[in-house]
Amino acid sequence: MSGKAIGLKAEVAHAGGYSADPRIRWVEFLPWIVAIAAFFALPEYLSLGARILIYILYALSLDLIVGYAGIVTLGHSAYFGLGAYVAGILAAKAGLHDPFAQLAAAAAAGAILGLATGVIILRTKTLTLLMLTLAITSVLLEIANKATALTGGADGLAGVIVAPVLGLFKFDIFGKTAYLYCLLVLLLGWWLVRKLIYSPFGTSLTGVRENSLRMHAIGAPVYWRLVLVYTLSATIAGVAGGLITQTNQFVGLNVLSFESAGELLVMLILGGVGRIYGAFVGPVVYLIAQDLLAKQFPEYWYFGIGTMLVLVVMFARGGILGIFDSILAKLRRTP
Amino acid sequence: MSAASKNTVLETRALCKSFGALTVAAGINFRLEPGARHALIGPNGAGKTTFVNMLTGVLAPSSGRIVLGGEDITAMGQANRVKRGLGRTFQINALFRRLAVLDNVALAVAERRGVAPRMLRAASTHADVRAESMELLATLGLAGDAGVRILDLPYGKQRLVEIAIALGLKPRVLLLDEPAAGVPSLESHRILEVLDKLPEHIAILIIEHDMDLVFRFAKRITVLVQGEVLVEGPPEEIAHDRRVHQVYLGEQRHV
Amino acid sequence: MGTFLASVVSVAFHGTALGMILYVISVGLSVTMGLMGFVNLAHGVFAMAGGYVLTTAISRFGVPFPLALALAFLLVAAGSVILERLLYSRLYTAGDLQQVLFTIGLIFIAVAVARFIFGTLQQPVVLPDYLKGQYAFLGRDFPTYRVFIIAFSGLLVGLLWFGVERTRWGAMVRAAVDNRAMAQSVGIDTRRLFTLTFALGSGLAGLGGGLGAEIIAIQPTYPFENLVYFLVVVAVGGLGSLRGPFVAALLIGIADTACKYWLPEFGAFPIYVATIGLLLWRPAGLFGRRA
Repeated sequence: MSGKAIGLKAEVAHAGGYSADPRIRWVEFLPWIVAIAAFFALPEYLSLGARILIYILYALSLDLIVGYAGIVTLGHSAYFGLGAYVAGILAAKAGLHDPFAQLAAAAAAGAILGLATGVIILRTKTLTLLMLTLAITSVLLEIANKATALTGGADGLAGVIVAPVLGLFKFDIFGKTAYLYCLLVLLLGWWLVRKLIYSPFGTSLTGVRENSLRMHAIGAPVYWRLVLVYTLSATIAGVAGGLITQTNQFVGLNVLSFESAGELLVMLILGGVGRIYGAFVGPVVYLIAQDLLAKQFPEYWYFGIGTMLVLVVMFARGGILGIFDSILAKLRRTP
Repeated sequence: MSAASKNTVLETRALCKSFGALTVAAGINFRLEPGARHALIGPNGAGKTTFVNMLTGVLAPSSGRIVLGGEDITAMGQANRVKRGLGRTFQINALFRRLAVLDNVALAVAERRGVAPRMLRAASTHADVRAESMELLATLGLAGDAGVRILDLPYGKQRLVEIAIALGLKPRVLLLDEPAAGVPSLESHRILEVLDKLPEHIAILIIEHDMDLVFRFAKRITVLVQGEVLVEGPPEEIAHDRRVHQVYLGEQRHV
Repeated sequence: MGTFLASVVSVAFHGTALGMILYVISVGLSVTMGLMGFVNLAHGVFAMAGGYVLTTAISRFGVPFPLALALAFLLVAAGSVILERLLYSRLYTAGDLQQVLFTIGLIFIAVAVARFIFGTLQQPVVLPDYLKGQYAFLGRDFPTYRVFIIAFSGLLVGLLWFGVERTRWGAMVRAAVDNRAMAQSVGIDTRRLFTLTFALGSGLAGLGGGLGAEIIAIQPTYPFENLVYFLVVVAVGGLGSLRGPFVAALLIGIADTACKYWLPEFGAFPIYVATIGLLLWRPAGLFGRRA
């Protein structure tokens, strides 16, 4: 057997595994090319662009647990929100202005909460797990709402000061620095997630998702693997939260809302769950559509999202990338 | 009793299990020697799969002890039992259906080799895991199907993958739960071939209803009825035992 | 001392009223989950629909209260049958993620529709005269309507439990919850059983939503805001169980009322913490079957 990957006879929806070629394919450079092109071609949309980049990172973190480990959660906004508030509070109240330090704090907060909650909720199943994730988010929301001295309560926390990146690049009002800064963090996050997915650890996660009973029977410490990936995912979500605060220089209660957790899930399913680039496609499509349509017809927006969810679940479970795959497969079959 | 224990690799002592008023295992004493070819038979509902579930740690016994290689594993979790050399297959395939055959086996091999928790290097660069997995597949005649998804495999081959995964753990005790179940009779000879070629040092306990397979494969048979051991002995004795005939009266003897 | 006792009685009373409403709404979710293993997060939509039916029937069409209650039950039950036959039934074998996403989609749709038709404000609750005012009992005054809620809910609960214990339908539900495959092989038409049970559970939710409109306000964001409560009742009570969620609902109703009364700064925080703690101790719920 040569060192190259064994060609799979049937397409596998998910990346990774012992036969997969881990080298970066040319098509994987596309998102970055598009991102840099957008920087130059669409300077008026850079704040939307930064938001998209942050949500891609956030969606990547969710895909790790939903798409790869198979844990269905509605409470991921807890880690995002905690990261956002920790970064904000440290910036506005504790004089921590260096952006990388703020991110590190957000990451640490996400990691700690992720570990603490992960060990609890991963002992439970489906409905109970879902409910606990909602409960945890609700707890954080209550705290954020009531601890007005720290969090600004319902008014939110302003006065978030972010020092220039590396002392050189100020966060300008055009959002140029913010955009590139988010792009850099996303690049790092993407690289880490991709490595994880192609690693033996990532493959074992797929195993847990596909058949947890079997994983136990081959001696895998399933619970601790799940706790680990959950903690990693929460850390990344925390970083994304920190980024939101830094780019808006503000943090409000909406980072912890049920709607925002639901929206993230929508973005992910729209792009395609369990495949790295679903997390790229989903937020791009969703946030651009939201920017174009929601302002004009806000009542119809949620109706549209709801309908789309129902339709996707019924007819297009693989999301946009899944549809893409079927089209490609059909094209290959026609002589 | 203890003199015999020296030559046993797996042993249960007075193993009991009840669900409320329902007793599914009543004081089972069982011994498996190294290299054994042992069959566990009995009518439906006799508690055979429950017994295996207790051996592997899926189910906790109500009382009694399980000893593997001289070590008491009664309180041990599944993962630790696997590490100590206990492997099993499932009556209904428990495979990673959307993954390729190679990945199915590689997952087991990687766990055994301690490669599974690694996060930095890509899985496919672990040539040792892939090589061992391919070798294993080759011995079962599945090398050509390495890249095929389980979903796309015929059922008989899926059963073989089920055995392959267990073998990837390099067990010293292998529990096979109805390996020929659901396999069309044209293909079941493949299963038998594979069973015949299994390494001699592995102690094998096979649960089966297919009496042809049982009598060709087993050197020792235990008959379990309603959670209790009715009789145990070499195949010729069992075949002529009146109690066994009574138990199976009216039951299909061949699948 | 006297006033402390008075407030304890008050908390217990109002807590019980809340608990009864929570149970009437959530029991359908518990049975559905136990019967079909379907994660229906949109259950709150049925409660909300019942609330809108009731308040609209009374305020806009002058329908008398008892009839409006019946309408809340019947219309929501009928609507749920349509939804179940058309949409839900296609997803029984789908994975958890699909079911969650689907029901979230339903919530989004329902919230948008409600906002569009009824606006964002809470629906006003107009009680009939004979249910207004206070009811004197043992020298204390209790709001008549809350007394009615407790009594009527108690009646519903009694009927439900009787129905499950004594009727053929109830026996089939219990069998199917216990072991679906076996139930099917015994000849129970699980599809029809489920549609019927789903309709009943959703109708009850609608009735509970209407009945409790005064306690749990009817507004478009209802299914989001109260989802956690319904899930907590079911998870703590034990999926598929009938009595478990009753105890859980009462506990939560009283605990929530107590916390909001004595510890208003903390909001619902202690409830969630207590729930998390309780589920750590008993992951299958208080009365759940072994996971």
